[in-house]
Amino acid sequence: MWSISNIANWVNEWLGKNFSAAWVTVFEMVIAGILVISLFAVLGLILVIMERKVSAWMQIRLGPNRVGPKGLLQSAADTVKLLVKEAMTPNGADKFLFNLAPYLAIVVSMLLMAPIAFAKDFMLWDLNIGVLYVSAISSVSVISILMAGWASNNKYSLMGAMRSGAQIVSYELSAGLAILSIVVLTGSLNMNDIIRSQADGWWIFKGHFPVWISFIIFLIAITAETNRAPFDLAEAESELTAGFHTEYSGMKFALFFLAEYVNVFIVCAIGATLFLGGWMPFHIGHWEGFNHIMDFIPSSLWFFGKTFFLIFLIMWFRWTFPRLRIDQLLNLEWKYLLPIGMINLLLVTAMAILKWHF
Amino acid sequence: MTNEELKIKITELLPSATFEEGGDFLNINIESKDWLSFAMQLNSDNTLAFDYLFCLTCVDWKTHLTMVYHLTSTKFRHNIVIKSKLEKVNPAIETVCKIWRTAELHEREVYEMFGVNFLNHPDLRLLILPDGWEGRNPLLKDFDDPINMIKL
Amino acid sequence: MVEEIGTTADGDLIINVGPQHPATHGVLHLVITLNGETIKKVEPHLGYIHRSIEKMCESLSYRQFIYVTSRMDYLSSHINNHGCALLVEKAMQIEVPARAQAIRVLLDELTRIASHELWWGAMAMDLGAFTPFFHAFREREMINEIMEDTCGARLTMNYILPGGVLEDIHPDFVKKTKEFIALFKRKVDEYFELLTGNIIFQNRMKGVGILSAEDAISFGCSGPTLRGSGISCDVRKHYPYEIYSQLQFEEVLETGCDSLARYLVRLREMKQSIHIIEQLIDNIPEGDFQAKTKAVLKLPKGEFYQRVETARGEFGIYVVSEGGTTPYRIKFRSPGFSNLSALDHMARGSKIGDLVAMMGTLDLVIPDIDR
Repeated sequence: MWSISNIANWVNEWLGKNFSAAWVTVFEMVIAGILVISLFAVLGLILVIMERKVSAWMQIRLGPNRVGPKGLLQSAADTVKLLVKEAMTPNGADKFLFNLAPYLAIVVSMLLMAPIAFAKDFMLWDLNIGVLYVSAISSVSVISILMAGWASNNKYSLMGAMRSGAQIVSYELSAGLAILSIVVLTGSLNMNDIIRSQADGWWIFKGHFPVWISFIIFLIAITAETNRAPFDLAEAESELTAGFHTEYSGMKFALFFLAEYVNVFIVCAIGATLFLGGWMPFHIGHWEGFNHIMDFIPSSLWFFGKTFFLIFLIMWFRWTFPRLRIDQLLNLEWKYLLPIGMINLLLVTAMAILKWHF
Repeated sequence: MTNEELKIKITELLPSATFEEGGDFLNINIESKDWLSFAMQLNSDNTLAFDYLFCLTCVDWKTHLTMVYHLTSTKFRHNIVIKSKLEKVNPAIETVCKIWRTAELHEREVYEMFGVNFLNHPDLRLLILPDGWEGRNPLLKDFDDPINMIKL
Repeated sequence: MVEEIGTTADGDLIINVGPQHPATHGVLHLVITLNGETIKKVEPHLGYIHRSIEKMCESLSYRQFIYVTSRMDYLSSHINNHGCALLVEKAMQIEVPARAQAIRVLLDELTRIASHELWWGAMAMDLGAFTPFFHAFREREMINEIMEDTCGARLTMNYILPGGVLEDIHPDFVKKTKEFIALFKRKVDEYFELLTGNIIFQNRMKGVGILSAEDAISFGCSGPTLRGSGISCDVRKHYPYEIYSQLQFEEVLETGCDSLARYLVRLREMKQSIHIIEQLIDNIPEGDFQAKTKAVLKLPKGEFYQRVETARGEFGIYVVSEGGTTPYRIKFRSPGFSNLSALDHMARGSKIGDLVAMMGTLDLVIPDIDR
């Protein structure tokens, strides 16, 4: 059957026939690099147009509709505009850090792509501690934001960065606890193991009540971690004009923008992997016939479908909720989400030991 | 309280006050030196209770300036207008921003527009006009700005 | 100015909010002293859109000066015009035909709804919710179309003259207004559903920007700001002008003294405005829309004061006349200027995010403050 993993295997075989083992590794790395960068660009374009269309739909307007059919090329036009624009560096800024920050942001989100399984047997790096890797690397993104805020030498930027620091560091805990509950249930940190453990049903169905709580906490925490409304305090435009990227323009700004959207994609992909079975088709226990029919839908479609559903949820939040205040934001995390997450983890552990899940 | 009752009450408080007919409200002319103590009485007296200063302005009569205070009571709904003559040169009057706090911004506006010096004002500086306009007061009748003012 | 950048001697941060800032909705410049995220002082710097309208009016005739007032509070320009016309009519004892009075009041209330809708959308946007803005503008557009039909303009109406209105109403006016009322009654409830009940919104508004009744009076606040502190101050009730004394409506009061109270006052006021329009729309008297006036208006010598209730509060016009064709001195008591003076008191000790909410609920229109 046609699948992405077949193509990957075919490329691997073809290279193995024609080149020595060392060259194969080099070529495969180059191909992987090109794939990640192009996926990045394509994701950026798709997510921006998707956000604009979703917001337009919620706000009873049309959204972009001039460039290309139904305005679908609008984000490509925007990219060209941003590429051509002058990328200014303010006089008072720390030039090295100022220019480094957007690249750091983008590198972090590229690194996060590695352990994600896009389809059956198709991932860049089958890491045995994939979940740990993701939580570790994603916390680096706060450094790029702090760097941008500090180096801009602008008070709005600094305040935005400080808010963002406080926010990401706090919400990482909740996200971690929510992820842990799935790790406890599967007993593995490997992404592929987690997905295979959901062959007889996704965790959101198998784990019932405690996993639902984990899922909700995870959704709230990732919305906060990616600095999106209602937790977009780092760039709260009515308070801090544009927060940490106030001084950025042109492509440097675009990189932050891109990193934000790709981060949204990545956290949603991880959410889909952990709770909704990743590329695993919709299976119900031992209904072999039903499961077999579901297998006909390609695994990559399952993965992207689930991920984009979560992305849609996050966009939905953004266009309906007002923004929280900084103290309310921290209260929500430390007084509610974290204690609930901890108790919930206890419940999940008990459930895993007593085998109460399906 | 009706205007007649107000007249009697105010004459008790400040015998030197004179009344002026015409206009919608009761007009009271006072000396500028009596203003602060009179204002305090107007605000604190239980039967008057003028707690709401809704308009504070100044009029340039070429020979002199007149401060105009419109007061009302949110309790009794009666209104009065207090007027006080000021010198054309170096006009000065006591501030009332301790009594009616809205006066702070209004007095700053009158200060820059008419050059009236409000004694004991906590923060008397330009509010609307840009820096460097001190001393040129646009709402005085003899103000002239040949560049920006268009004569009709 | 040097002292406005950097930090104070105590290490507090000084931040310039405005004159170009997404939350100030115009060219308001606030210099904020911050300790971390907590506000220590807010100091308004005005004048970025100061046109010296008061000086300008001294050389304009009593027919002309009405049109300048449209440019002050551009969201309730019709009500500003109305106040000026009332002053001239009062001073010259012009009898206004009943039809003109009804038309004026109808348009007043439509203007009030339009202004409150813009406020509702803009305030939600300040709080980070973008969607309400578009929902509010959908209905505001209908009002603008009604205005456009009748007045020829959508924002600065200039429809009122001393003695009546400029033209008769458009033939479609009654029909379109009725359609609008029928739709809008449902939409107000939708506004409550979309924003008021939201838990984040409630948390952002409740107990924020406390302005006690005594302070609100002392700061000379008016309109919904003062009514949100529980003080009755509606000019339409206490000093009724035109035909307001014959109309049935309720003065909206809330006793919360916080941002939520001011928010609720405005939303409920929209319903009252609808109620007023409903009473009038089928009963517009027949007759002239304009009284016969002299070509040149001369006010008698003396001083005149007229107040009207705009969407933002009490708008007062104080005219000193020397008996000529132009005013000797004119003073506009703008509601925004007095409301702004309370901002520093309200904001001290709260977070920077709350400042935005407070500015939103004060409903500041900058040309109205600067004049």
